[in-house]
Amino acid sequence: MRRLRLSLVLLALAALLLPTAAGAASALRTELNEIEGEVMCPVCGTLLELAESPQATREKAFIEKLVKQGQSKDEIKQALVDQYGDEVLAEPKGSGFSLSAYVVPIVAFIVAIVLLAFAVWKWRRAAGSRDDKRPEVEGPSDEDRERLDADLARYDL
Amino acid sequence: MRARSVIDVLLAVAVVGFLVYGLVSKGNSRLAVGEKAPSPELPKLTEPGQGSLKEYRGRWVLVNFWASWCVPCRDEAPALSKFEEEHGGQKFTVVGIDTQDISDDGAKFAKEFGLTYPLLHDGNGDNGHEFGTTGVPENYLLEPSGKLAWAVAGPVDARMLEEHVAPLLPPEKNKS
Repeated sequence: MRRLRLSLVLLALAALLLPTAAGAASALRTELNEIEGEVMCPVCGTLLELAESPQATREKAFIEKLVKQGQSKDEIKQALVDQYGDEVLAEPKGSGFSLSAYVVPIVAFIVAIVLLAFAVWKWRRAAGSRDDKRPEVEGPSDEDRERLDADLARYDL
Repeated sequence: MRARSVIDVLLAVAVVGFLVYGLVSKGNSRLAVGEKAPSPELPKLTEPGQGSLKEYRGRWVLVNFWASWCVPCRDEAPALSKFEEEHGGQKFTVVGIDTQDISDDGAKFAKEFGLTYPLLHDGNGDNGHEFGTTGVPENYLLEPSGKLAWAVAGPVDARMLEEHVAPLLPPEKNKS
């Protein structure tokens, strides 16, 4: 009876610990996936999560080791920068030359809007001046009208 | 009409500018024989501090770009190590540049193959790109002046080293 009770207690403990271990493994996987989606495989030139080269395998092992050591995402990214340089970050830093990755699209968008507005203004102006220059259409003269009536009368069946 | 011409010119300049930038940033061409090799400061792989190929001016230097994850690099490492043992000294040395690699992995590789020659770490591969490398391993023999004398884009073996590198080295035994 006592052995049965002990077995039941152990079973209950194991049941409690199992989800914790599974949760930890799942958290590790999430953290790995998150980082692999934010850094590059420098040799392949693609996101690490898409890369399967030998270099990418080593980089993934390096990240996994740091995750297991309990390092934060930022610390791991910094460790990767120390190893491979800034190019390893999929998202460029917001300083120095990398800042152009953020600034250039905004500037290009503003320039495009200005050019488009300028073009629309020019088209509208050109259309307006065409309307001004268009000669007024006059109706047929009395003589033409009489001739037209006469012609139509000839074909009247 | 004048404003339109200015815009056309600006657009043309922008397009040409982007094309030129694309060509220039495409990558460096491979270092040619007779050209001076780039020699930036790089971290040493197996010890603290920085090193540069400049430190070896006055000696013939066989620059070996490698990485621990590269299988052909593993194949050629014993031949390079042996060649360094036989020819290395005051007039010749091999310098290994571990490129696009985790430094700990590189250090383990060096230990595994007993590499005793100087090793540098080129983490982002920029130094390799300046040489015009397109992968690893690649080997470049530099004259004592730092100019390129011979190169091979791929692994070397004992026969290649004896046929192409050994004859260029000073004839006397150059061990220090």
